[in-house]
Amino acid sequence: MAIDRRSFLAAGGLAGLALAIRRAVAEGRLTAEPWAPPEGQALTGTRWGMAIDLEACAAHPGCTACIEACHRVHNVPRFDDPKREIKWTWKETFEHAFPAQENPWAGEERAELPVLVMCNHCENPPCTRVCPTRATWKREDGVVMMDWHRCIGCRYCVAACPYGSRSFNWVDPRPAIPEIDPSFPTRTKGVVEKCNLCEERLAEGKLPACVTACPYGALTFGDLGDPESRIRRLLAERPSLRRKSFLGTGPQVFYLV
Amino acid sequence: MYDAGKILAGLAIFVVLVATPFWWNAARGADTAPPRIEKPPAGTSCVLPPDQMRHEHMRLLIEWREEVVRQDLRTTRDAAGRPLRKSLSESCLACHGGREKSCDRCHDWLDVRVYCWDCHSDMGARRAAVAGGR
Repeated sequence: MAIDRRSFLAAGGLAGLALAIRRAVAEGRLTAEPWAPPEGQALTGTRWGMAIDLEACAAHPGCTACIEACHRVHNVPRFDDPKREIKWTWKETFEHAFPAQENPWAGEERAELPVLVMCNHCENPPCTRVCPTRATWKREDGVVMMDWHRCIGCRYCVAACPYGSRSFNWVDPRPAIPEIDPSFPTRTKGVVEKCNLCEERLAEGKLPACVTACPYGALTFGDLGDPESRIRRLLAERPSLRRKSFLGTGPQVFYLV
Repeated sequence: MYDAGKILAGLAIFVVLVATPFWWNAARGADTAPPRIEKPPAGTSCVLPPDQMRHEHMRLLIEWREEVVRQDLRTTRDAAGRPLRKSLSESCLACHGGREKSCDRCHDWLDVRVYCWDCHSDMGARRAAVAGGR
């Protein structure tokens, strides 16, 4: 029997469709659906935020307990050369942290006050808008997350962040890490990194490392979506500042004054 | 066929060149037996049945990676239905006793370079192996 052009094309099309369906069926998930961790095992919130007590922090200008804890648990390398520096949390002078609070009569001492700064986990983060690979995005609970697997090192986010919260790995960071914590990955050359609000600790039901490490209780972490939370009470009771909020970024790190 | 001699000679040279890895290894007397992966003493079943694991472990790891990092879904169940953390370092390597005893065996043999270890560490697994007497 001779096969004509029409039936040849129809048979070919059907065979292609069958292959595509088979492939789509085979491409399903490999493992079972996630099981729900027991109640209370992970910290969950609708809008995470941080409140930093400026006075309590500034009263101990030499203290770096929070920064050391953060950099230790996240394998942050230590480079002395400021051009290669990687920072998740660090201290900035008051006048640099709050340029809008410029005041000629406040005196040099106030301008030089050390202020703990970190990623503000903005309500409207400019860094995530410019990422071409969606390697950084805002989670439902407000954490501005990074997927280092996807970062291509274009550094658009570094340029977009008005707080300097993002650092770029110009060289292999591993040799510069004082002691590698094997439970957290390191990064490679060519990847951007920043504070992740300790999302890996939240998943285990732990508070962020800086909050736990502060010996003076200057840091309060909590759910801004919960009106009963301690952070909401603090923000209602005391006046607070936000860094460069006039830019419309909606920083979620508050400085109690 | 014109120039049959030249064409056949050219084809013969081509085949010899393409087969270089095979005759080179045979001439060198290299051990070409496929590597053996030891069964972890602690484990009774893997995340997937062994045959599927052999063929699809890379897909499984990418699936876990996407779910943990991008969707905050960190747990699953293994083939026997037991709860399991989706973690290369703390589930796979902890059970298999480090990458030298599992991943590296095949990847070295096949000369496949994986870049997992540029960031992920297997020291936690080594520490667990020491603590667990393995």
